[in-house]
Amino acid sequence: MIAHGYLILLFPLLAFAVNGLWLARRNGFAAGLFSILMSAASLAYAIPLALEWFAAVHGGDASAPVEAWRFTWLPLEGALKVDFSMILDPISVMMLLVIGTVALLVNVYSMGYMRHDPSRGRFFALLSLFAFSMLGLVIAGNVFQMYVFWELVGVSSYLLIGFWYEKPSAVAASKKAMIVTRFADSFFLLGIVLAAYAAGSMDFSVLNGSAIAAMSREVSLGGFHVNLLFLASLLMFLGGWGKSAMFPLHIWLPDAMEGPTPVSSIIHSATMVVAGVYLTARFFPMFAAAPGFLDLVRVVGIFTALFAAVIACTQKDIKRILAFSTLSQLGYMMFSLGAAATVLGGVNTAAYSASAFHIFTHAFFKCLLFLGAGALIHHVHANELDAMGGLWKKLPLTWISMLLACLAIAGIPPFSGFWSKDEIILAAWQSGHGLSAALALFTGFLTAFYMFRLYFLAFHGEPRGGHGEGHGRHEDPWMTVPIVILAVPTVLSGLLAKDFFHHFALPHQVLSESPVEHVAWLPATAATLGILGLFLAFVLYGRRGADAKAALSVEGRGGWYRLILNKFYIDELYLFVARRLLIGGFAGAVKWVDTNVVDAAVGATASGTLRSGALLRRLQNGNLAFYIGAFLFGILLLRILGRLPL
Amino acid sequence: MNLDSLLLTLVWTLPFAVVGLSLLIPKGNELWVKRLHALGSGLGVLIAAWLTYRLYGRLMVDGAPMGADLRLYAVTRIDWLPSLGISFFTGVDGLSMLLVLLTAIIVFTGVLASWNTGTQVKEFFALLQLLGAGVFGVFISFDLFTFFLFYEMEAVAMYLLIGVWGSGRREYGAMKLTLTLMLGSALVLVGILALWASSGLGTFDLTQLATVRFSPGLQAWVFPVLFVGFAVSAALFPFHTWSPDGHSAAPTAVSMLAAGVMMKLGAYGALRVAMYLCPEGARQWFPVLLYLISFNVVLGAFIAIRHKDLKFITAYSSISHLGLVLLGLAAGTYLGVKGASLQMISHGFLTGLFFAVIGMIYSRTHTRLVDTQSGLMKVMPFLGVAFVIAGFTGLGLPGLSGFVAEATIFIGAFQNPDPQVRILTVLAVLGITTTAVYVVRTANFILHGPFRVDDGHGHVMEKPETSGLTDASGVEKLALTLLIACILGMGLFPGWISRMLDTSLLPMFRALSR
Repeated sequence: MIAHGYLILLFPLLAFAVNGLWLARRNGFAAGLFSILMSAASLAYAIPLALEWFAAVHGGDASAPVEAWRFTWLPLEGALKVDFSMILDPISVMMLLVIGTVALLVNVYSMGYMRHDPSRGRFFALLSLFAFSMLGLVIAGNVFQMYVFWELVGVSSYLLIGFWYEKPSAVAASKKAMIVTRFADSFFLLGIVLAAYAAGSMDFSVLNGSAIAAMSREVSLGGFHVNLLFLASLLMFLGGWGKSAMFPLHIWLPDAMEGPTPVSSIIHSATMVVAGVYLTARFFPMFAAAPGFLDLVRVVGIFTALFAAVIACTQKDIKRILAFSTLSQLGYMMFSLGAAATVLGGVNTAAYSASAFHIFTHAFFKCLLFLGAGALIHHVHANELDAMGGLWKKLPLTWISMLLACLAIAGIPPFSGFWSKDEIILAAWQSGHGLSAALALFTGFLTAFYMFRLYFLAFHGEPRGGHGEGHGRHEDPWMTVPIVILAVPTVLSGLLAKDFFHHFALPHQVLSESPVEHVAWLPATAATLGILGLFLAFVLYGRRGADAKAALSVEGRGGWYRLILNKFYIDELYLFVARRLLIGGFAGAVKWVDTNVVDAAVGATASGTLRSGALLRRLQNGNLAFYIGAFLFGILLLRILGRLPL
Repeated sequence: MNLDSLLLTLVWTLPFAVVGLSLLIPKGNELWVKRLHALGSGLGVLIAAWLTYRLYGRLMVDGAPMGADLRLYAVTRIDWLPSLGISFFTGVDGLSMLLVLLTAIIVFTGVLASWNTGTQVKEFFALLQLLGAGVFGVFISFDLFTFFLFYEMEAVAMYLLIGVWGSGRREYGAMKLTLTLMLGSALVLVGILALWASSGLGTFDLTQLATVRFSPGLQAWVFPVLFVGFAVSAALFPFHTWSPDGHSAAPTAVSMLAAGVMMKLGAYGALRVAMYLCPEGARQWFPVLLYLISFNVVLGAFIAIRHKDLKFITAYSSISHLGLVLLGLAAGTYLGVKGASLQMISHGFLTGLFFAVIGMIYSRTHTRLVDTQSGLMKVMPFLGVAFVIAGFTGLGLPGLSGFVAEATIFIGAFQNPDPQVRILTVLAVLGITTTAVYVVRTANFILHGPFRVDDGHGHVMEKPETSGLTDASGVEKLALTLLIACILGMGLFPGWISRMLDTSLLPMFRALSR
């Protein structure tokens, strides 16, 4: 089973090839069915493979990667080569299952959501490419392979975000996503180049092992002395920074919801954005060995978590709220990995497993939230909360499932999000990061608040317009069934998988510290804060008589509200730097020099030649007297100069 | 003469045979002329592919030579002017074989892409074939005299092709291109003669000249003369401005050949002649030349962002991609040289595809400006997808050929401990974002958004249904598909190309580092 693990990737690749080359243009429905079939096959292969892997490593060191297969893809020089391989360890197996599940459900959902889109065949082809790329990314046994699939993930998301390419906003959003992540990826590539040079290998087993000692030295960088390991870690991490949309490279993610909602769902839950967290987890031993590096990861993570949660409290577009909630939750995951560095200088592996755990639970409830949001949007034909309200009657199953997902993300026990978030905060506390843990708790409060703000404004109160009124119940089974299925792990995955992550999802090649005792008051506090946030949202938006219109209105708000609503004007700052300074200023100046100096010089050479030719031509005037005169003058000149033997 | 030699001779003589045959076709049968040329160049592709396959087998058995001497296959050697040491000496090693295959494919697809040529069809295709034959000749000649002869032949063919069949400022473009290239040729000729004269062997045989260790003083001036002479046709800054003007005037197939293979001649000559024969001069001069190269690498892409003519954008994209080739060479590490060789091949397919698509779009919308057309994906999806694939190859998407080459160059160039090389490498790596910017911008401009075409002569189309614009024809699809298949093939399975290059680059690299 394990030796043929490539089949997990091959099925979606086949779906991409067949749909993209042939089926998509013939029959969109058949393309969809084929994609569903292939993603089901992929998942159906992944589940027994996971079980076989689990049986094989059970009792031994589960975190040690099992190599399913390997071949040399590109021989470079001597021992330096690029292999493609598949490694199975707790996080990669977990991701295989998560991606498989989410991809299958999103494919099914898209059959309903994209029903009336004439180019849905292309959609299914790209969706399969997306799943294939992400699967390839998580099984990578070396950083080069990871980069290969990393870029494929990026380009699939570009194509999917810009799926409706006639819509200027979608085109702009896809461009933004491409360029921002590409910018981050260029540093990632630089990190690979550096690692290939300094470590002589690109395998994770080497980079996380023997290369650490070799790279732990100071190098001079234009006068500054930098730790080489830190530098390499930073460069690689910058790739993840952009992909996981950490502040300040987060600007692409909220716009990325311009793509069809199923795309947002898969981007935000299982592919693309968690890639950055996954990269950090994959490099964990190396990052942990770089002095002070995990502290950077922690600060970036917690800041993003809080920052995005604040913005989410003011947004009106339901998908934007969810996008910022994703940013915030990714912040939690990143924060957790960073919090593994204890203040005493050790490594708290519980924080690592908590991060993996949160990737796992988050994938389900976030996928559900986006699919549910898609159902709402499909129903009212608008993204804004202004057009919603009172939808629980129209979409009862969606309503119940969304409620469960909101409870899960808000961290209310016993739903899944509570368990993983609790582990994160606990681990941070155990590592001695009191302030960060407190900020994480506060972010939890905000999360509960903005999620239930969304929930109450969308499902309760009076209906506020939108197109889909008056038809009674209105749920498409293609769309509702995946949503309801996702409600199961949304409720249960935390409780059931807790022990698995606790015992197995540990970083390889890192010594574990003795576990610190459980702090009982932390979970209680986290749950209380979640309930408080929920309650506040209820008071403001949910209770009878709450004025939803006023709550959504921007009129009469203070400057701080506008500042948050406009996302602190960071997008505008980027636009200024990119458009005015780089493209307008720098590139314009370079082009000007190229045209008016370099090419002008080329032109001047040519016209100079012509002109001197024209001057010389005058000597050839056919006047015999002139020729004789010139001849005599020449002889005279030579005579005077004394060179002629006369 | 064994089979390999016969096949190789066929590859470069076939164009002449086709031209000869086409003269027999009576007037008024243009379609048959085109068919004959397509058949002939298609046959050329098959022969080159077969020879590559055979050679691959041989090379994998033989492995790389141990010393610094080239090991040539499919050799043909005829004394021509023995008194001057000139012989007709052709053969291939791994590198030249791959470049020959590339050329055959570009010529074939170029013929297909020129299917709609209307005027003086016979002459156009005849010159196109001669251009191709000249390029073949350069790649397989190991006698510097015949090498130079072929090198000149393609320049003359190109001048006529642009001057007669071009568009826009065609006389200007043709003149600028030819004169700049002639300047390079003059330098090359000086360098070759200097080496010939001072070797004391009285031969133009490259393999024999390589055994001579020229004095450092000679290398110190011959190397820059040769390198710059060759690099002019690889659009080295500041000798690059022929490229945008030449391309924008050239007909599609000529752009494809000029950017696809002729610019590679420059890089190939720089490696095969300049660096191989004057390694010490190379070491001495590369730190200086790096400054020029850095303009190509870093600034070419920025200039591409600001241009609005599709051919200018692609020309500057070529300038920056060729800059990477030169960077790989100038880094002087094995992986740098190998990456440069990979990039020569990859960029040939890439830019062939780019210019083919642009030409096809231009022949439909009659405008090449990016801001006068949008939403073309709707009416010409095949061309749109081909354009996107070319763009992705240019920005180095894994799975396509450009990535393999660029990653190898980056990894290789960084191995040179010289801080200048390192800084330039870092800039080049970070420059992949700039490439992404102009690729995505261009694609967004012309392919996406609502449909609208304004040809600049008061003719505006806004409805896809009534525009009368069509997607690629069958012949055009064949050309594009072949190029895309090559890009994908190289991008997905780079291993065999890499191994094949090893067998010829290892000895050359040994010569470089002695």
